[in-house]
Amino acid sequence: MKKIIILIAASIACVMIFMTSCENSKPALSKVSTDGSTSMEKMMGFLGEGFENENPNISFTYNATGSSAGISGVLEDRCDIGLASRAIKPEEKKKGLIGKTVAYDSIVVVVNRDNPIKNLSMKEIRDIFTGKIKNWKEVGGKNLEIVLIGREAGSGTRDGFESVTGIGEKSKYRQELTSAGDVITTVSGNESSVGYVSLSSVKDSIKMISVDGVKPSEESVRTGKYAVRRPFVFVLRKDKKVSDAAKTFLDFVETKRAQELISRSGQVPLGEKDEQK
Amino acid sequence: MNRNKALEKIIHGIFLFLGLITVGFVIIITVYLIMAGIPAIRQIGLINFLTGTEWKSTGEHPSFGILPFILTSVYGTFGAIIAGVPIGIFTAVYLSKMAPKRVKSFMEIVIGLLAGIPSVVYGLVGMLVLVPAVKTIFHLSDGASLFSAMVVLAIMILPSIIKVSISALEAVPKEYEDGSLALGATPVETYFKISVPAAKSGIAASVVLGAGRALGEAMAVMMVSGNVANMPSIFQSVRFLTTAVASEMSYSSGMQRQALFSIALVLFVFIMIINVLLNFFFKRERK
Repeated sequence: MKKIIILIAASIACVMIFMTSCENSKPALSKVSTDGSTSMEKMMGFLGEGFENENPNISFTYNATGSSAGISGVLEDRCDIGLASRAIKPEEKKKGLIGKTVAYDSIVVVVNRDNPIKNLSMKEIRDIFTGKIKNWKEVGGKNLEIVLIGREAGSGTRDGFESVTGIGEKSKYRQELTSAGDVITTVSGNESSVGYVSLSSVKDSIKMISVDGVKPSEESVRTGKYAVRRPFVFVLRKDKKVSDAAKTFLDFVETKRAQELISRSGQVPLGEKDEQK
Repeated sequence: MNRNKALEKIIHGIFLFLGLITVGFVIIITVYLIMAGIPAIRQIGLINFLTGTEWKSTGEHPSFGILPFILTSVYGTFGAIIAGVPIGIFTAVYLSKMAPKRVKSFMEIVIGLLAGIPSVVYGLVGMLVLVPAVKTIFHLSDGASLFSAMVVLAIMILPSIIKVSISALEAVPKEYEDGSLALGATPVETYFKISVPAAKSGIAASVVLGAGRALGEAMAVMMVSGNVANMPSIFQSVRFLTTAVASEMSYSSGMQRQALFSIALVLFVFIMIINVLLNFFFKRERK
């Protein structure tokens, strides 16, 4: 009997603790919620932290769901700002959405460090990834069969790369991996492989390829000389005003501090491009 | 006395409730999978879905044929069983009948450890060691293939095959073996002509259990199989039913997502069949 009394007492205590903890987490905070592209995670992390430091009474959330999910999230009112790592499509515009480019992400073609190739033209890249060029010697490399490493269907990086280079749906991959890290590991382990990752995830274990003679770097992406780049877009609704908290966040993104944070996260902010003109 | 009875009843009720939680989850998951999986199948058509050879989920004109995944899963599981079952059964016979006590207890710890290694670790080792090795040994341009996945799966199913086979072999009455030995058969003859046939239901159950594990594995095969939706061939990059769901789910939307649920439903049906088989063999063993 004693045990039962103790049990009941313990459960009451638990419930009370639970209730008080609920009350504690209830302070009147306004919220800005973002939802979308997983490729933007690093940038949103930097921006969110900087934003919360400057606006301690607004809490910032980011949900990594993917570009398409983020866009439908705005439409369905699940978040304040949708995040897309591609330009919004005409049919999405028709639904009353507007896109606001905040930064550029650059996709880099990477090869193994033992591969002597340094430069490829856009056409060569297209031919390689569609399977027209099958051997590295056709582009001046060793006599090795080219192994194409790509990302899974639905990945923002794959979509970005295939649309920017004009490969479309004709890619013929040997492997489809699910993260930039996997692509890097695989490419660094196979001399005849070629893959693509975003500029911010490039590591020393692999080699970046110049496109049409332009080396990928923040500088060349910013100026637009390096052509394989895609926009990072904030998606908003045209017909609906954003909440005050979201407005504060959108203003923050245009400040110099935020531009700094964007470049620190490995992306290329839009604002600086204008300054250089 | 009455109070004791009431207490008994309460406790009985609590245990019943806790037991029903498990049943409840199974029912919820089953119902959810069927509800989520049916719409895409209805739209695509069951025959088209199951026998279509082209999977282009994000294309402009998407096609959803999962025959490559089904065949890959079936081949991969068979490959793993062909490689894993002989090793597993011979190990089980050795450990249960011939091995000295010390060797046996040491080996059992090692096998337990093998069972406890997370599948992502199998995948990682496979990706960094096995895939390059397959590439060099078979002079391929890339080692990520159905073959690599079979090897990884064969290793992963070893512990379940060995453990279940050992307990089946140990349950064989000693009198059978004594009788055989008394008639002049050598120990090895006895093990393979008396013990193994007597334990065959249990051994069959171990094989089915291994098949179930191989069929359901996602993480490890995802890292070594290349993940391209090709029709399976031994040194080609292939995609399994499990990896088809796992690799595309995170970015999927709309019809693509529904089709992924349908794949999960197909996989679920396969696992159900395996479970029915398993029950059948276990029941036969008990008799």
